[in-house]
Amino acid sequence: MFYREAGDFHTSYPSDNQTFPIRLDRYRYYAVLAVAFGVIPFLINDYWANAILLPFLIYSIAAIGLNILVGYCGQVSLGTGGFMAVGAYACYKFMTGLDIWLPTGPEGEYVRYALPEINIFFSVLLAGVVTAAVTVLFGLPSLRIKGFYLAVATLAAQFFLVWMFNRVAWFYNYSASGQINAPERGFLGIPVTGPATEAWATYLFCLIFTVGAAILARNLTRGTIGRTWMAIRDMDIAAEIIGVNPMRAKLTAFAVSGFLVGVSGALFFAVYLGAVEVGEVFGITKSFLVLFMIIIGGLGSIFGSFAGAAFLVLLPVFLKLLGVDLLGFPTDIVAHMQLIIVGALIVIFLIMEPHGLAQLWRVAKEKLRLWPFPH
Amino acid sequence: MKLKITTLALGAVMAAGPVMADLVFPSLSYRTGPYAAGGIPFADGYADYFTLLNERDGGIGGVPTRVLECETGYNTEKGVECYESTKGEGSLVYQPLSTGITYQLIPKTTADDIPMHTMGYGRTSAKNGAVFSHTFNYPANYWDGASGAVNYLLEVNDGDISGKKIALVYHNSAYGKEPIRTLEGLAEKHGFELLLLPVDHPGQEQKSQWLQIRRERPDNVLMWGWGVMNQVAVQEAVNIRYPMENFIGIWWSGSENDVIAAGDGANGYKALTFHNVGSDFPVFDDIQQYVVDTGKAAGAGDQIGTVLYNRGLYAAMLAAEAAKTAQEIHGTADITPAMMRDGMEALDMNADKMAALGMPNFGPAFSVSCENHGGPALVGVTQWDASAQTWSLISDFKPTDAEILAPLIAEDSAAYAAEAGIEPQC
Repeated sequence: MFYREAGDFHTSYPSDNQTFPIRLDRYRYYAVLAVAFGVIPFLINDYWANAILLPFLIYSIAAIGLNILVGYCGQVSLGTGGFMAVGAYACYKFMTGLDIWLPTGPEGEYVRYALPEINIFFSVLLAGVVTAAVTVLFGLPSLRIKGFYLAVATLAAQFFLVWMFNRVAWFYNYSASGQINAPERGFLGIPVTGPATEAWATYLFCLIFTVGAAILARNLTRGTIGRTWMAIRDMDIAAEIIGVNPMRAKLTAFAVSGFLVGVSGALFFAVYLGAVEVGEVFGITKSFLVLFMIIIGGLGSIFGSFAGAAFLVLLPVFLKLLGVDLLGFPTDIVAHMQLIIVGALIVIFLIMEPHGLAQLWRVAKEKLRLWPFPH
Repeated sequence: MKLKITTLALGAVMAAGPVMADLVFPSLSYRTGPYAAGGIPFADGYADYFTLLNERDGGIGGVPTRVLECETGYNTEKGVECYESTKGEGSLVYQPLSTGITYQLIPKTTADDIPMHTMGYGRTSAKNGAVFSHTFNYPANYWDGASGAVNYLLEVNDGDISGKKIALVYHNSAYGKEPIRTLEGLAEKHGFELLLLPVDHPGQEQKSQWLQIRRERPDNVLMWGWGVMNQVAVQEAVNIRYPMENFIGIWWSGSENDVIAAGDGANGYKALTFHNVGSDFPVFDDIQQYVVDTGKAAGAGDQIGTVLYNRGLYAAMLAAEAAKTAQEIHGTADITPAMMRDGMEALDMNADKMAALGMPNFGPAFSVSCENHGGPALVGVTQWDASAQTWSLISDFKPTDAEILAPLIAEDSAAYAAEAGIEPQC
């Protein structure tokens, strides 16, 4: 009753092929976009931006990226943290002016060439491109190995990348502490990185990338490329027999996934945190966190990526609010409870609804369609 | 995307916070995670001192204090969340007890006009108050620690350590990398050889580093460790029978937690400090009377008198004194974060003041100025006695090598000023 497609007729192919062919879905999508772009920027404050919305938007991009690789193409990756780090460091190098050192003399004499500083918006996009290239490089083994073995290979990428960013001083511009700090940079004259940012500016900046990522992913997965990915995921030998090029399919999945993960890493560093220490921020726990997001949200679903990111970003904040601010428990008890509750929920989800929050949403729609007269 | 609407509903609940006229001291603590062993005593000490002020004196200048605790787990993302959720409550000064969170908060606190005190950690060049207007790191910083350790070695070696080999075992993070530049400068000046051995977070695996120490046989080992890394390092040193009196930790590697696990083998291990150790001060009688006996002690109440508890107590005392100074300067008891900053910049800790607080010689006497946010840089050395289970001060608070440190601080703060577009003041 509440959710109906009856009376929704299409008279042309474009109208039948659009992203949301059901009118109700489409209006809801427009409503969400209208609220996100037209209402939230006027209500937002620092706490909402930095504690909830920015992490939600940025993790959503990472989850969409990983979902393309794991959920749509079936290639397990545990290197997300490392690939996000590539995005963050690439963005840092581009926004501070990429420097190149060429040897001129025989003994340690160098001349330094530096690119001009690139606008933050394009730095983030370029960071995505660099990450895509790195991800494809680490995705090459996927042509020969599958499943757990590929997971181990990407795990190696995770540790190697973190080690490299800690070790090679060029990546952090030779700073004494080995940290990278985002200086103030603006887009269209409005600062979006650094300390003097307005909450609405950083929020909108991330929202543009998130919406862009979602539209890109949605349309790619609906088209030829997405279908080849899913064919490879469902049965690679059968896909190869019907003419899908596995190398092309797998490497494009790695590239698109890497691009999105890189963009999220760049935003995570430049807009959200502002200062990053690679081992702590982009460690193995980050890889697992994003993987949990897509497992809880739903593998092979764009909505699931959003739902999973929202779930894992909001739940700890909600539990903290409930435990510390409303009930007045000691902070350490709440922190321990948080681990227990999140862990238990993950297990419960995997048992009760292995297809994640996205499936729950699908079931809800099914029920709403029949309500109040279910079979 | 639907979930965004639920988050909005949640916001309405949060916006309705209570408004109270008290002095808020946020405590970004970590009682969980791999660094909890260090975080718990510090947070207890910090909270207990303010409880003592409330119970004994009715607060600071008649205004009650409130400690707002927020669990960070030493994680930068949670640190950001904690900062954003507490800054709206009128938080007077932030003490994140994490170098990673400090780096993040330096620009944020400056933009929000809230002071931050990073006592013995954080960004060393914040000592230059002309550039870092809202960040304070008195009474000592990492580079003072590095220089203090080398000075101590000079002292025990009759002023000559040329040709010696000194290893630095450090946490491979911004925190652990801080002393490297200073030590390199000092190595050049005094002619010793420096061996760098990084240990990755969280620091449980150090076999290869200690194997290297066993092979290279350095004359001294310095350590910049924190949390579980310290215990493991001390145990590994015992395992390879490294002479403990040649092993010196920074002040974050010198608490009871770090040495008790290694038993008698840890006897003689040394650590730097910038405040006194033990519970032989009058203030502890007051804590017993007003805090412990009334059942108001923070945490489990079992940390009183430990090294890190004392550090938390010291941090709280300095914050409270700065608040008092701010009240005097601005003539109002109900101070704002901006007034607190002025109070911190005008803070003068002398021996009489500390004695009046029941903490005679608890830390060095010093005063803060607009140019110098780092205090006098006096570093002492403590040593562990495994049979008595106590730390004792074996070398009094002594000055560090400003000749090496001052140019480094000027260089690093100038780099920050250029990067962040800050015009030096003062």
